[in-house]
Amino acid sequence: MRVSAAPREAGVQAALSSRRPDNGTLVRIGVIGALLAFVLVALPEMLSVYWIDVLTAAAIYAVVCLGLNLLVGRVGLVSLGQMAILALGAWIAARLDFATGLPFPVVLLATGVLTALLGMLVGLPALRVSGLYLALITLMLAGAITVVLTSTNFPNGGGGFLGHTDSSFGGNGIRRPSIATSDPAYYRYAVLVAAVMFLVALLHVRSTPGRAWAAIRQSEPAALAAGVNVTLYKLWAFALAAFMTGIAGGVLGGSAGNLYTYQFSTQSSITLLAVVLMGGIFSMWGAVVAAILLQLLPALLDNWGAPPDLLTVIFGVGVLQVLVTAPEGLVVQVPRDLTNLGRLLMRLGRAAGARAGASP
Amino acid sequence: MITVGDLTVRFGGVTPIDGMTVTFPGGTCGLIGPNGAGKTTFFNVLSGFVRPAAGSVTAFDRDLLRMADYRRARWGLRRTFQTEQAIEELSVYENVAMIHEHSKAERSSRRAAVNDAIEFVGLEAGPDARVGTLSARDRRLVEIARAVVGEPRVILLDEPAAGLPDTETRHLAEVIRRIPEQTGALTILVDHDMSLVSECCETTAVLDFGKLIAFGPTDQVLRDETVIAAYLGTEEES
Repeated sequence: MRVSAAPREAGVQAALSSRRPDNGTLVRIGVIGALLAFVLVALPEMLSVYWIDVLTAAAIYAVVCLGLNLLVGRVGLVSLGQMAILALGAWIAARLDFATGLPFPVVLLATGVLTALLGMLVGLPALRVSGLYLALITLMLAGAITVVLTSTNFPNGGGGFLGHTDSSFGGNGIRRPSIATSDPAYYRYAVLVAAVMFLVALLHVRSTPGRAWAAIRQSEPAALAAGVNVTLYKLWAFALAAFMTGIAGGVLGGSAGNLYTYQFSTQSSITLLAVVLMGGIFSMWGAVVAAILLQLLPALLDNWGAPPDLLTVIFGVGVLQVLVTAPEGLVVQVPRDLTNLGRLLMRLGRAAGARAGASP
Repeated sequence: MITVGDLTVRFGGVTPIDGMTVTFPGGTCGLIGPNGAGKTTFFNVLSGFVRPAAGSVTAFDRDLLRMADYRRARWGLRRTFQTEQAIEELSVYENVAMIHEHSKAERSSRRAAVNDAIEFVGLEAGPDARVGTLSARDRRLVEIARAVVGEPRVILLDEPAAGLPDTETRHLAEVIRRIPEQTGALTILVDHDMSLVSECCETTAVLDFGKLIAFGPTDQVLRDETVIAAYLGTEEES
């Protein structure tokens, strides 16, 4: 028995249109392109070197946030070890940089691949445990990596595998790519790297892995029954997150020239989860919001002379606010609340106008 | 054809399936029994979520128990769960396409096969609608579409009509009845709605406390005195 022809045609057309970009998609691509052009070309002209450095860090941490955003939001895996992964990436990139004369992009790519392999090791416990237990295990791991980095004195440019120099200015400094030696140029480089990482993430989310992750997040038995190799796709998620976090680490090394252990404290992994939840885990834009919170807010507080500890309080209250009132995160909440506020103001304005019109 | 030989499942001191031996010949077969009879446990054995203590399950000459759980879908095993499991954040099309992705069906046939499966179940919503926004009826139908796509061999439906009003159950019954003709798959239907079972199934097996107490043509089984006693004995309202 066949259902009437109309739904079938509608169905086929809708399926066809899901393959070709429709107008909405084209508009979205246009907006993103314009935004990227503004961020790349106009912003560095308008800002001082201080703020350019802050934005470089925001671009780098947007990639770190994106990794965690994918793990938590798409697959449902809570990792508290992402800052440790970032440290590993930064360390690998620095050593590759000191030990070889490889071009910067090759160093980044190799760092990504090596960190992805290590990230899969971190992901192994995720095959057995999830939720709170996974968070605990990854936190322990982050702690362990921090201990190792502290006791070996984070290598900052000396010779050998664990090279370290006692000079407070570090050693030779980590190279920057020859096309991006100045701060504004390196900022543009970091934004472009971040844009590529977001594209990689988007391609994953929109294809087979994304659908498999959605199935896993909803129900592992149902995903298995649908033929999803849950083990493989979970490890893949960890590897992907580690790949991009590792590359972010490579860019981070180049931005400061030197790396210090305090940049990768265990506590910062927890802060990272807080801001990623605040930004919003169900949209990749949430990672951008999270990175801005993570990098811009401290710089602003610093500028205003507020105590840096205030940040922990703000993030604590912020994450509570988001979890209670808008689990989708600020990326959804702020536009929604602004729209509501706009409607309210317009209604009030109309009411006031009507009153003014009614009274002689 | 699925041949189940002396299948036994134990959870500690409980034996939810106790020496079950039965052959499901093909077409649509019913599997009924009072609550706790072992129906869902039997499905979980077929899916690979539960490892039986003893016994064998042979489906179309393959030893199903030796296959890794996620590979069974690739081989052609499909199932629905008592609670809806269509993926809420994906569209109808993506929900069905992801099953095709993990099946052995040709990639080139995907779009046609997915649209055909969606059309087969007669959804009210379009293929681009997000499943999270669908009605209970449509979500159940998306699950059926997921079950019939990608050359299935065995389809397990676990209470597909649970929670649906009568009129919608009639449409569902019509869809389930056409599954063998659409796919050629052997379908096993678990449900408490006896009119649904008798409408869809030529043969029916009855489980009670993990034991097979009756098997045969559905109308005979439903008149069987042991079966009636099993239902009345454990569930007054049946």
